[in-house]
Amino acid sequence: MAKIIGGITSSHIPAVGNAISNNLQQEPYWKRFFDGYGPAKEWLKNARPDVVIVVYNDHGLNFFLDTVPTFALGCADEYHNADEGWGLKPVAPFKGNAPLSWHLAESLVEQEFDITMCQEMKVDHGFVNPIRALYGDHEIWPVEAIPLAVNTVQHPVPTARRCYKLGKALGKALESYPEDTRVVILGTGGMSHQLQGERAGIIDTDFDLECMDKIATDPEWFANLSNTDIMRIAGTEGIETIMWMVMRGALKDDAKVIHKHYHAPISNTGAGVLVLDNEAE
Amino acid sequence: MGWQERDYDSIPGTYVFDGKRANPAYALNKLLYTLNEEHCRLEFAADPEAYCDKLGVKGEFKKAVLEEDFLGMLRMGANIYFMAKMAIPRGTSVQDAGAAFQGITTEEFIANLQKRAEGLTDKIKSRGDYWNG
Repeated sequence: MAKIIGGITSSHIPAVGNAISNNLQQEPYWKRFFDGYGPAKEWLKNARPDVVIVVYNDHGLNFFLDTVPTFALGCADEYHNADEGWGLKPVAPFKGNAPLSWHLAESLVEQEFDITMCQEMKVDHGFVNPIRALYGDHEIWPVEAIPLAVNTVQHPVPTARRCYKLGKALGKALESYPEDTRVVILGTGGMSHQLQGERAGIIDTDFDLECMDKIATDPEWFANLSNTDIMRIAGTEGIETIMWMVMRGALKDDAKVIHKHYHAPISNTGAGVLVLDNEAE
Repeated sequence: MGWQERDYDSIPGTYVFDGKRANPAYALNKLLYTLNEEHCRLEFAADPEAYCDKLGVKGEFKKAVLEEDFLGMLRMGANIYFMAKMAIPRGTSVQDAGAAFQGITTEEFIANLQKRAEGLTDKIKSRGDYWNG
């Protein structure tokens, strides 16, 4: 049986990828941000997942606005990173797990989550950077990866509660997979930030810390927020934090908090790392 | 029937990317999306006006693109992530863009970001259960 070992949250901003590419992790600006990943990496080493499911949003690499799926699941053997318009060198391709993906698609649709199935799916910084922050760079990645894209770009965007329910369905889907596969779920994006408009640059550290505490121990609190509530406090791009709820929903209610790390500002953003262990007593 | 008012329309200085922006700015966003491809970036850089014509970007939209008026583009419905594909290769970082939206310098914008996180390490210490180096 597949086992959900735990979940990790991470920011996925492009600057994180640039810092890794340029080896800036120990520079004063980045040190505290990256050092806070240490315990998450340590936990991951012991957790030994076979597969990570990365919940992220595409930022206009794979999906143009001609077709915007609310939830889209990678169902391919591999996933390629590509130029997002900035001329950066793509990272090595990621090996997927097609049989698991198709099982998830089948189970999610059965549970009334009518997910879009993608047999080709380019993965952008939203998917790549959390993996790079947690594993470092590799020519052959040490883990299989499955992208699960949530639309946070074009409104209407799903609610935090809908994401939480998707997570619960994802958890059930994984539990019914017959192979012995160890899975970690990465909830990426956030936290408070706004890139656009005269209001650009808002960060609310109190709200972010409250979100980290509540998503870990009282996710209903976050599920009750409307998207307008979240955007009003945490900014239009801060809406990405809803994706953490997919990870949270897949885990047990009493999953144990192993690690909490918050840093701001990094680029324009508040950044939170949360590690939840699904097996600890 | 026009576009309906949404509760988020009252958030100041904010252009939530929904149907009332995505619909009229479709061609503009499509132009921005093509900039994922290097050959499109080169074609655009060589003759921005011809590239707008080719992609059907007209009138006020075209004017804003040619003038690199990012706030104007945003107000007309450019999506911020798609716009980054045009701005970043032109040396406009997200901080530069944020500063331009507010009419301040990038240094001031960055200083404001720092201000928003003032006292953070103490705040984290007092919570007790956070990693704090």
